[in-house]
Amino acid sequence: MSSAANPSLKTSRQLLLQLAAITKKFGPLIANDAIDLDLHKGEIVALLGENGAGKTTLMNILFGHYVADAGTVMVAGADGILAPLEPGAPQAALDAGIGMVHQHFALAENLSGLDNIVLGTEPIFRLRRDRTKARTKLAKLMAGSGLNVDLNQPVHKLTVGEKQRIEILKALYRDARLLVLDEPTAVLTPQEADSLFATLRQLAATGLSVIIIAHKLAEVLAVSHRIAVLRGGKKVGEMATDQADRRSIAELMVGRDVPVSRRSERAPGKPVIALRDVTIDRGDARRSLHGVNLMAREGEILGIAGVSGNGQAALAQLIAGLDRPDIGSVEIFGEKVTKFDAHQFAQNGIARIPEDRHHDGMVGSMTVAENIAIEDVRSRDYQKFGFLDFEAIRKRAEHAIVDYDVRCPGPDAPARLLSGGNIQKLILARVLEKSPKLILANQPSRGLDVGAQSEVHRRLLEAREGGAAVILISEDLDELLTLSDQIAVIHAGHVSAAIAAHDIDRSELGLMMAGQKKTDENTPRSGDPA
Amino acid sequence: MIRFEPRTNPSAIMVYGIPVMAAIIAILLAAIPLALAGAPIIKAYGLMISGAFGSMFSISEMLTRATPLILTGLAAAIAFRAKLWNIGAEGQLYMGSMAAVAIGSGVIDGPSYIMIPVVLIAGAVAGAVMLIGPTLLKTRLGVDEVVTTLLLNFIVILFVQMMLEGVLKDPMSMGWPQSEPVIDSAVLPPLIERMRVHLGLVIALTCAVALAIFVKRTVWGFEIRAVGENAAAARFSGISVTKTMVLVAMLSGGLAGLAGVSEVAGTRGYLATDLSPGYGYAGIVVAMLARLSPVGVIISAVFVASVFVGADSMSRAIGVSSYLADLIVAMSLLCVLIGGFLTRFKVRFEHQKSAG
Amino acid sequence: MEIIDILLTANFWAAALRIATPLIFGVLGALICERAGVLNLGIEGIFTAGAMAGWMAVWLGAGLWGGVLFAALAGSFFGLIHAILTVPLGLSQHVSGIGVTLLATSLSYFTYRTALPDVSSPPRIIPFQPLDIPILSDLPFIGPALLSQTALTMLALVMVFVTGWVLYRTPLGLAIRAVGDNPSSVEAQGLSVYALRIGAVVAGSSLMALGGAFLTMSAFDAFFFGMINGRGWVCIALTVFASWRPGKALLGALLFGAFDAFQVRLQTEVGAFLPSQVFLMMPYLLSIAALIIVARKADYPKALLVPWFKGQR
Repeated sequence: MSSAANPSLKTSRQLLLQLAAITKKFGPLIANDAIDLDLHKGEIVALLGENGAGKTTLMNILFGHYVADAGTVMVAGADGILAPLEPGAPQAALDAGIGMVHQHFALAENLSGLDNIVLGTEPIFRLRRDRTKARTKLAKLMAGSGLNVDLNQPVHKLTVGEKQRIEILKALYRDARLLVLDEPTAVLTPQEADSLFATLRQLAATGLSVIIIAHKLAEVLAVSHRIAVLRGGKKVGEMATDQADRRSIAELMVGRDVPVSRRSERAPGKPVIALRDVTIDRGDARRSLHGVNLMAREGEILGIAGVSGNGQAALAQLIAGLDRPDIGSVEIFGEKVTKFDAHQFAQNGIARIPEDRHHDGMVGSMTVAENIAIEDVRSRDYQKFGFLDFEAIRKRAEHAIVDYDVRCPGPDAPARLLSGGNIQKLILARVLEKSPKLILANQPSRGLDVGAQSEVHRRLLEAREGGAAVILISEDLDELLTLSDQIAVIHAGHVSAAIAAHDIDRSELGLMMAGQKKTDENTPRSGDPA
Repeated sequence: MIRFEPRTNPSAIMVYGIPVMAAIIAILLAAIPLALAGAPIIKAYGLMISGAFGSMFSISEMLTRATPLILTGLAAAIAFRAKLWNIGAEGQLYMGSMAAVAIGSGVIDGPSYIMIPVVLIAGAVAGAVMLIGPTLLKTRLGVDEVVTTLLLNFIVILFVQMMLEGVLKDPMSMGWPQSEPVIDSAVLPPLIERMRVHLGLVIALTCAVALAIFVKRTVWGFEIRAVGENAAAARFSGISVTKTMVLVAMLSGGLAGLAGVSEVAGTRGYLATDLSPGYGYAGIVVAMLARLSPVGVIISAVFVASVFVGADSMSRAIGVSSYLADLIVAMSLLCVLIGGFLTRFKVRFEHQKSAG
Repeated sequence: MEIIDILLTANFWAAALRIATPLIFGVLGALICERAGVLNLGIEGIFTAGAMAGWMAVWLGAGLWGGVLFAALAGSFFGLIHAILTVPLGLSQHVSGIGVTLLATSLSYFTYRTALPDVSSPPRIIPFQPLDIPILSDLPFIGPALLSQTALTMLALVMVFVTGWVLYRTPLGLAIRAVGDNPSSVEAQGLSVYALRIGAVVAGSSLMALGGAFLTMSAFDAFFFGMINGRGWVCIALTVFASWRPGKALLGALLFGAFDAFQVRLQTEVGAFLPSQVFLMMPYLLSIAALIIVARKADYPKALLVPWFKGQR
């Protein structure tokens, strides 16, 4: 195996897992196409690939959430002899010592961390629960791995990082020999990610094997022994990490030249939106803002950086016209907003791209055409005396489908048939068609493949060229640094002063995202036209 | 192992055929209770069919039954479209009938072309008002409307009883708790002489067609569909979910109220607490069998009505309890639910693959 | 004064507990289902089925406890139908529940009518008799209030304890609470979401049926049409009021029973001035009021009403 070429890897060379020719189809889509993968004891393998490359599907097959259409999964038993794993049975995977940390944590939030860990490990029909043994074992595990967390707190009170530690402890508590982590850093600050990597290396040194699913090259280079690259459901490359070449891996992942978005220099114009001392208190930190000042100007992209759940939702709701400030005010186009109303906002030239495009962005059973016109059906262009003008609605959709390259069976097809990337294009067609002056883009490229991602970026930059102000909320630092003119950091409902993007130090940004540095130094930012 | 695979586009045959299949299966399943009751099965089915369709009279009876069912079916269909779980059509029906009686039994008088619209509007308004409360409690406070509308049914029946023993009591009724009769000018006239089927049927059919156009072709219908299918996306796009829900509540409650008017002013002539044998609840089944389509409601209401009328007449002839009708209706609801599942998923039976 | 006097009699509390008993069964049943993530609107019909099945079994000579068992079986049968429709098939819990209520009610009525085609007054059975428990009965105040209760009321009180113990003290309860909050957490730990949910709905439904059985085998001695009269729906409201906790369920049901017993006594005092229907409406109005009071802070099980399919992430 190629990993044998890695001299720095001190493993006992014992093969732990062997995936052979795994194939899985979803309808016409081939998610996994004859994928092979080996893993040795104490080895960390990174499974690298774009969104939609088939990484998560492969791991879901390993863990028994899906059944492969073809191929075999072999796992070494305690004796080191490979034996086939029963497909479609999470219990079998658990018994074989496979633990999985999903991107969306599989935790019951109403239970304590301890409850979540022991859930399913004790005989279910018993009159009592005995926790002393579990506590002793966990105390030992925590001491040995550095995964410290209060096990008695209900999970909903824990931070994202703490929840992730609970998830890893869950696997370790079951004596996992193989740990699979699906995009573990997506929700962490750079510093938290570093500490996770340190933990993983420590665990690997004690013999744990790890598979990390990732789509970012830099972090897998930091932690893994070996890298396997997937693209379009196929394994397109595999190499030892210390022999890996950044550029060639990037090409393997994408399969073509990555179009690089370039920002032209451009002087910002008049302020388009300004938040003045806005406080929204909803009791819950992720839905609250505290004394936020913020401004975006014509021809400027203002990036909002932050770990998810720090008040981005509240900020987005406010700018989308779905919530109002408890204290403070919002000025749009120089006028104080008195009526916070999503319909009004949309009609006044605010383009709103929702964070969760499936949940908030489209009505699945309605047609593509109806979904494109949904913000404007009350306008004269699309109705007469309350009766819809289907002709006009259809015409707009036909144009939009061409202009925005929305791949769909046609304007009358139900929107639920569209892929994620095409839903996002549909939303762009809906909101950008009207040459908006302000754009709220909330996680606009999350989960999209490279093509759709660069299309979204191109459209945002184009709008900026046209003089629109863009508020870009994102958890992806690369995206923020590429697109933004200014970046502000949101942490626990506080928003920092905006800093010119080219002045920003990545690690500084990380510290601010973690709340290590004060984020609410709300001095008027440089370049504020007084 | 059984697996379910989502279907992307169910065929038209599935969409329209499954409710029909569900109805047929429910009727066939009724053979089991019939057999257990010791009845001659074939004869019983024959009696049911002739009871519902055997003569002009029986068809008229069946359509008389179908009239309130179309209206309560529409009430459920429009509400369920918007995911407003209005299970209170029974109460709304009684409120509508009470309003019709309060206004239509002699307080005011006039020619029919005025009196009939007046009682219809009064009933619709009363029904609508009944549903607005629970709807606002749902949108403002998050109180589950299923439970509130269900409980209101019991409250309304008691309220009607109280009124019938009080201000609405007919002094001529010799102690029976019933209202004064609806005056002649407010009565919905029969469509055919010496038959019971009355103008209410025409009103119900008109409502069905109007509602179909409303949902499909108007801005408000568009918004109702959007809110029903994905309230979050509708809200994000700028549609007011509360306003849409209140509109739906007025339509749904109003339609159920009309069913009440139709019953007192068309079928019965006066109000008593046994006015409805559960039309409000049966309306839910009618709507589900119609897959929430307003025009489909007409067909499924005719089906449910013929089950009721047919079972009644069979029951009189061979003494099997007429609760058989309720049983068939309940089973057809469960069958159409399962059928709805089959339009969304393919069921695959597969052998556990050996893992070697 | 007089009103206070009513509240202080053991007799009054005995009546309150009697009225509360079917509700205790019903709320416990509903909360078990909902804790696992399934709303069971079949409750009204399951009450009817339990009342009919229990009574009929006794009437056919099965003995009182045989009747209880039979009622529980009837409840679990209808619970199983609801569970299959809503758990593996993931169909609308609202509509399926209404469907089960219609089915259970009509099947009960049909069976009763078929077994007893032409009786004018419903036949009676010898119901459960009040218990005399040696030590309990001697307690001041509580003794007399418990004294006139039957074994089924005692069973309801025991079930409060058992349900609480299972939910909060055993691995099974842990899994049920987890599956109602996030089914993925259960599947990831190798337990079956379907088995837990179906099991909870079946168990909860059999408890509900005991609530119905209490009516025909303890409160009364015969089966009447329409005798459930919305009690099931009241239980659904009380479940929210009890924030899905067995202890609070007991408290809620007792409060409700006390209120109902109080209005019956009030009716005899001031009945001349108000129509009787005003008093009869009270339980329903009270249920709605209870829902409104807790609406803002009601902490619904997060996965309630949300279908879950295997392989879904």
